[in-house]
Amino acid sequence: MTDFLKDFRSAGLLNELRERLRGMKFKKEIKIMEVCGTHTMQIHRFGIHQMLPEGVKLISGPGCPVCVTPNEYIDFAVELARAGYTVATFGDMIRVPGSYSSLEKVRAEGGDVRVVYSPMDAYEMAKEGGKTVVFLAIGFETTAPSIAATLLRAEAEGVKNFYVLPGGKLVPPALRALSADPELRISGYLLPGHVSVILGRKDYLFLKELGIPGVISGFEPVDILQSIILLLGLIKEEKAEVVNNYPRAVREEGNPKAKGMMWEVFREGDSRWRGLDLIPKSGLFLREKYMGRDGFKAFDISPPEPKENPACRCGDVLKGLINPPECPLFRTVCTPENPIGPCMVSSEGSCSAWYKFG
Amino acid sequence: MCLAVPMKIVEIDGLDAVAELQGVRRRVRLDLVDDCKVGDYVLIHAGFVIEKLDEEQAKKSLETWEEFLSSQEK
Repeated sequence: MTDFLKDFRSAGLLNELRERLRGMKFKKEIKIMEVCGTHTMQIHRFGIHQMLPEGVKLISGPGCPVCVTPNEYIDFAVELARAGYTVATFGDMIRVPGSYSSLEKVRAEGGDVRVVYSPMDAYEMAKEGGKTVVFLAIGFETTAPSIAATLLRAEAEGVKNFYVLPGGKLVPPALRALSADPELRISGYLLPGHVSVILGRKDYLFLKELGIPGVISGFEPVDILQSIILLLGLIKEEKAEVVNNYPRAVREEGNPKAKGMMWEVFREGDSRWRGLDLIPKSGLFLREKYMGRDGFKAFDISPPEPKENPACRCGDVLKGLINPPECPLFRTVCTPENPIGPCMVSSEGSCSAWYKFG
Repeated sequence: MCLAVPMKIVEIDGLDAVAELQGVRRRVRLDLVDDCKVGDYVLIHAGFVIEKLDEEQAKKSLETWEEFLSSQEK
């Protein structure tokens, strides 16, 4: 841990916050959604559910990019690898079952599927190896600027054999969709810290109009407890404010340079999310200028019709409608070793977090 | 997937840099930020610096919380 951040792990402060949280009282049931998958993982790891006062529930949202990526995307990537192209991807994606297969299975059958830590690694693979490399461009606002910067580098260096498969998603449109859902009735949002690094507090101000408060949170246990206390305060006082409780990393305007690069390369468009269906203007697609690098357009690939496992309730989990143990497959046939749905595959998926930490 | 790790910049060469955390070094890119200097604490995501960390703000927010907690002691 970098020196000046160690106080965010201080046991003394953590205990004080825990006591403070325990002492809060509410007359009606309160439902807080943590939107970010990394928060979900931390909340389970540190047992934060057990620290909540009576009547307060934390539910997980659609904040795991791998989990919300629909089957047809995975099917397309699988077919690309089967056709002999190099498919480069973040690690979480490789075990996600599509309609018929997964990237892991295709790799075992001899397909060239590479796990990379950065889109730049995929780019260097294309530049140095000369093979056609398709990078699976999934992720939220946190990740999209890095992919954009990589694509712009490929343009600047004239490397033609680097492609991306656009699958990025935007958080604010998903929040709008969730807020409008009458089944959910969310009292407040724990907003995703690293998406907010790019977006800034300003991009969430629409929540005020919807009458739902939100607190931008960091990822240390102290950050998360502080943010929950702040959010519960706002809910109690019926103040639909958006508070930045991660000021060491999040600015009012976000990171304008990163945002600028993201919008130079991508445009917004309607996009399908697993569990949430089509959300208007919630997906990232390549702009006309860069269309030549779009893996969906550049290759003659036609995967079979996508199909879902009807018993898997990943969609309801992503929407916060049920907790993983309410799914009949959870722990019985669906485990991290043999995942049926993406929420069990990704380390930050709700099912995986519930399985590991309860 | 939105995991970002706080690290310290130890070398810079154009848009390429090296960041360090507890003795572990990693190559990172500086495309997304301006004015990054050796010694800056930064957040790294997918091989890119996505923001510089503000040490002052970190201290300030901890102080504010300490005040908040002590002011509401019973």
